[in-house]
Amino acid sequence: MSLDKATVAKIAHLARIKVPDDELDHLAGELSQILTFVEQLGEVDTQDVPPMTSVAAQTLRRRKDEVTDGGYRDAVLSNGPETAEGFYVVPKVVE
Amino acid sequence: MTGLTHLTMAAALDGLAKKEFTAVELTEAHVKAVETIRPLNAFITETPEQALTMAKASDARRAKGEAGPMEGLPIAVKDLFCTKGVPTTAASHILDGFKPEYESTVTSNLWRDGAVMLGKVNLDEFAMGSANITSHHGNVISPWSPGEVGNWSRQLVPGGSSGGSAAAVAARAALGATGTDTGGSIRQPAAFTGIVGIKPTYGRCSRWGVVAFASSLDQAGPMTRTVEDAAIMLRSMCGFDPKDSTSVDMAVPDFRTALTGDIRGLKVGIPKEYRVEGMPAEIAAIWDQGIAWLKEAGAEPVEISLPHTKYALATYYIVAPAEASSNLARYDGLRYGLRVEGASLKDMYENTRGAGFGKEVRRRILIGTYVLSAGYYDAYYNKARQVRTRIKWDFDEAFKQCDVILTPTAPSTAFAIGEKMDDPIQMYLNDVFTVPASLAGLPGMSVPAGVGSDGLPLGLQLLGRPFDEETVLRVGQVIEKAAAVTATPPFMA
Repeated sequence: MSLDKATVAKIAHLARIKVPDDELDHLAGELSQILTFVEQLGEVDTQDVPPMTSVAAQTLRRRKDEVTDGGYRDAVLSNGPETAEGFYVVPKVVE
Repeated sequence: MTGLTHLTMAAALDGLAKKEFTAVELTEAHVKAVETIRPLNAFITETPEQALTMAKASDARRAKGEAGPMEGLPIAVKDLFCTKGVPTTAASHILDGFKPEYESTVTSNLWRDGAVMLGKVNLDEFAMGSANITSHHGNVISPWSPGEVGNWSRQLVPGGSSGGSAAAVAARAALGATGTDTGGSIRQPAAFTGIVGIKPTYGRCSRWGVVAFASSLDQAGPMTRTVEDAAIMLRSMCGFDPKDSTSVDMAVPDFRTALTGDIRGLKVGIPKEYRVEGMPAEIAAIWDQGIAWLKEAGAEPVEISLPHTKYALATYYIVAPAEASSNLARYDGLRYGLRVEGASLKDMYENTRGAGFGKEVRRRILIGTYVLSAGYYDAYYNKARQVRTRIKWDFDEAFKQCDVILTPTAPSTAFAIGEKMDDPIQMYLNDVFTVPASLAGLPGMSVPAGVGSDGLPLGLQLLGRPFDEETVLRVGQVIEKAAAVTATPPFMA
């Protein structure tokens, strides 16, 4: 599998990571190398094999749907790079 | 009292109980040791004042007869565990300035049992790496590096991702350290630095408050200088936690009582597929030596087959990046850490994440995004999850014929910074022996077994049935005693 520059740019955009143009070629090479390496999985017969969802043989626990914790607005916001009046501040998204 | 930093945890507990020294004295000696080993860059944040406050409180508890199982023992914490009010970086630029408002369950358990925090130790960025060379806070140097301190002739890596934990414990700056293991991040650095590291069964240690890398694989575990110390620390770290949906509600045994030395009649599986092509002769030799030691102790080696071993790394390098790309979506420049402004919200996301993530993390997020994207999800991600099931089945079959599995931990001794760096696949091969057990969720431990021709530590790995850490520890201690490794790092506090 070989990825071209345009595909890498598209993946980077999907992942919301800015990648400088001059790094795309090198990155495409590295990612292609990794994808080529993982392609050996095609050799394995996985007919009727269930995809693993959990290594532990357990079902997820359930609990009552009720409020058990909370009331930490200031603590939650304390690490925000920009906050105001009890909210996170984001760049303007509506005109 | 430099002697205090060379004690085992078991001996330190003994000395504290007999009032030969106090927790404050023990902690002061370690605070000084942490300063001494600064050239190794093992610590990201030192917390000497907090350590002394905790030590005083520990002495007070002991005086009242309320000593916990780790009362007064100074340890280091991998900087992937959230610690309330103490910066937690995951060794990433993107978490600059982050001070958690809460404490991880594992560290809470350790403080509950009386342990003392010396500081937060370095790691590969977001625990992604096998050499501790991807940290935003710089490389960690192994205390085994030859030459003059600070002017080493070869700067050896401590392994990774728990490289700071390994270096701090090996250099006698902490009695033990927490590590986390996703594909070998406790066991491989333990092998490289000549210490003990155990990753328990998936579900034993709560993941709550541990910065997530690949949630179906991540497990915390202790890194110590002896198997007995690993048993002491593991017991404190484990336990059911309702805040982690995969935490297992099971009693935690007193692992120390499992260390009987009696392994007569135990069947030790030797997987033939681990004799990989091109395995260095000294790795094969230490493995054979390990088999011989266990046989002398009355165990019975049996050849087993784990036919899908050769596909484990490829499986891992789909599953782990896929989960990482999803977990690391939370770093958005809004809620914590770094923010790099942009003209729009999307620009801000892209600028923040472009500047905040290092190259290895970026590479893995991109791979993960690709294998999860429409059109490739089945071909890559689902295929990998199916192969993962077959790898697990291999172990299920093998454990019908044996009680524990013995393998080498790593395919070589520690390499130097600058080696193996150009080719990501070469670096990934470090984890060839540790990744399969991670994919199957099994307990695994590395025990020091000797030194190579270069004088550097070699480790052997033991894998157990799910939730059978006790057998792993018992057999591990038999190897530890038979090997009786006396070599120590040239640089110690």
